[in-house]
Amino acid sequence: MATEILMPALSPTMTEGKIARWLKKEGDTIAVGDVVAEIETDKATMEIEAIEDGILGRVLIGEGVEGVAVNTPIAIVVEDGEAVPDTMPHHQACAHAAPAPVAAQTVSSLASAPATSGVDAAPEPEQDWGETREITVREALRDAMAAELRRDQDVFLLGEEVAEYQGAYKISQGLLQEFGDRRVLDMPITEHGFTGMAVGAALTGLKPIVEFMTMNFAMQAIDHIINSAAKTLYMSGGQMGCPIVFRGPNGAAARVGAQHSQCYASWYGHVPGLKVVAPWSAADAKGLLRAAIRDPNPVIVLENEILYGQKFPCPIDEDFILPIGKAKIERAGTDVTIVAFSIAVGTALEAAAELAKQGIEAEVINLRSIRPLDTATIVNSVKKTSRLVTVEEGWPFAGIGSEVAMQVIEHAFDWLDAPPVRVAGVDVPMPFAANLEKLALPQPEHVVKAVRGLI
Amino acid sequence: METTSEQVGAVGGNGPSLTREQFLSAYHDMLLIRRFEEKAGQLYGMGLIGGFCHLYIGQEAVVVGIQMCLKDGDKLITSYRDHGQMLVAGMTPRGVMAELTGRATGYSHGKGGSMHMFSREKNFYGGHGIVGAQVALGIGLAFANKYRGTDEVAVAYFGDGAAGQGQVYESFNLAALHKLPCIFVIENNKYGMGTAIERASASHDLYKNGEPWGIPSLQVDGMDIAAVHAAAAQAVAHCRAGEGPYILEMMTYRYRGHSMSDPAKYRTREEVDHVRKTRDPIEHVKHILLDAGVEDATLKAMEAEIKAVVNDSAEFAQTSPEPDPSELYTDVVLEA
Repeated sequence: MATEILMPALSPTMTEGKIARWLKKEGDTIAVGDVVAEIETDKATMEIEAIEDGILGRVLIGEGVEGVAVNTPIAIVVEDGEAVPDTMPHHQACAHAAPAPVAAQTVSSLASAPATSGVDAAPEPEQDWGETREITVREALRDAMAAELRRDQDVFLLGEEVAEYQGAYKISQGLLQEFGDRRVLDMPITEHGFTGMAVGAALTGLKPIVEFMTMNFAMQAIDHIINSAAKTLYMSGGQMGCPIVFRGPNGAAARVGAQHSQCYASWYGHVPGLKVVAPWSAADAKGLLRAAIRDPNPVIVLENEILYGQKFPCPIDEDFILPIGKAKIERAGTDVTIVAFSIAVGTALEAAAELAKQGIEAEVINLRSIRPLDTATIVNSVKKTSRLVTVEEGWPFAGIGSEVAMQVIEHAFDWLDAPPVRVAGVDVPMPFAANLEKLALPQPEHVVKAVRGLI
Repeated sequence: METTSEQVGAVGGNGPSLTREQFLSAYHDMLLIRRFEEKAGQLYGMGLIGGFCHLYIGQEAVVVGIQMCLKDGDKLITSYRDHGQMLVAGMTPRGVMAELTGRATGYSHGKGGSMHMFSREKNFYGGHGIVGAQVALGIGLAFANKYRGTDEVAVAYFGDGAAGQGQVYESFNLAALHKLPCIFVIENNKYGMGTAIERASASHDLYKNGEPWGIPSLQVDGMDIAAVHAAAAQAVAHCRAGEGPYILEMMTYRYRGHSMSDPAKYRTREEVDHVRKTRDPIEHVKHILLDAGVEDATLKAMEAEIKAVVNDSAEFAQTSPEPDPSELYTDVVLEA
């Protein structure tokens, strides 16, 4: 039976090409794999091979013809002894311009995104967990992991110095003793490799907690965090989730220089498929880490080394847990909304105390969760105060403050009495000298000054 | 176990033989991959498959020979050159082809494409587009087997190009350190995209690359199904026994370009033709079968059946609907 050879698409972007050369002429026998012609594409000259045995019955488009649209018949192959049927096309000197196979999709024809739900809804009040006890953030993180390791045999902890050394920052103290070396595993200094290993294990349904000695070292493994962990659920059409936690100290510590002092909230917050939390208090740390371990998605827990030793009241209830995606109003106020996360919540609260002395009542929001962002709580607050200041230790450009400000502009523009202001780390690599380092990080006086500028 | 690096199945094949039924079954599976890939190439040429599409033609004996040694529960992971692995894992030609054309009926509902398909049911873990990433992920599959206390193994396929990635060596170390049941299969098709292995790696015998970690290994004629099978049987037995990882370097060859848009100017047509004429893994088995007295008609019937299956998959892939626009927003995160 006679069949047509069509102008092939030979690259992801090719819509038309040129017949550079015919290597077979009419009447030639061709076998599967024989090169029949050379085609010039937008990128290169490519050979096209026969896909059926037969005789080259008729060449439809000769050498040198340009602009031949993909899928245009260029030759006819017949079986031995068969003539080309008259109904088949004949030789043409130049190709007809064929319509583009796919019309470009305009933005207006895109499916509409699900509405951002509940931006205008009043936030539910936080659950009262009853009696509290003062513990450090370090103890809160350890207790959260211990509780989840007890609760679920699929949970395990791995990282550098997490087992025998008891944690580089003593977060995993006692866990090896209680859970053994099957579930608390020391890793060699190979972030790329052990992160990939943990993600692979999570794809089978296990629930690893990966501790990075600091989040700076996770950059060695960021491909697995984003390409392997965050995207697989989507790429698999919902078949293969990745229940994993990546945690470790994030941001500036004290005098450790540029490579060890960086905030990754904006980096990870950018990525669909990830959840990102940034606890400030011991209660945040315990409640959010437990939720992160139970979450069926990859969750980044951005801790802070300076906070590890700080004490906060934390509920003693054994079931205590916090929802991911809910911010907390740490201090109610009426004159300005200050949005912060992690250690900057403390900076914001100090500033608010100073502002109160000056007769300005600031509302301080502890984001707790970077992604998903609790836009509703922020927007409701700004509708009350009409002013917004964001505080973070990370760099200002494309930072979390930028996103918070944009959400407020989109959802509460008409309520604003002044442009939002970002207080952020200075836009330089972190210096080592004590005085310069202090100058590079947001201090309460910077926040006070920013608020005063608005009122 | 003493560390060994050996070459088996030199060109021409000297591996222990398979039974006639095994050769027949292997012939079927290899031919299915080849015809499927040829059809995919055609659909690409017709503009029905977009983007990147990396064909497995020429390398069929590798996945087929290894799969013959595996059992239910063993886990597979590979790179973007993944169509062959999926077919031998038991994923349907229809589902794979429909994913290639980006349709709702594809394994990833059209959201993954040629490079990103998965099947939890068939223990196929993708389908990864970052060269070498599947190796570290692969030891994670092996880790999970060990953590759960099963005797299942994981097979991590990667090419000679990926063999230069740093995470491959991190994975060798971790797998050896924790005695993970992982078979590292280096599919050495001689070219990482357009760069010949001699120009990319100062280590020319890739199967020896695990020696510092004491990982036993074999270099195998990957065009000889019996040699592949014999080597895989040895590696699988080693891993199942809890002896740790194993490396198999499969000396193979891809007939087509790195991807569909590769003009393949880094090698001569004569080189490709020579391999095709002298070492083709499917022709090799066909001769063995005919010599063993299998009727030509039996093979012809098998070929006709495969052609029908492949044509059916192509028809399915062209007539299935595209994903609903609402699918754009699903499967990003799971409900907590």
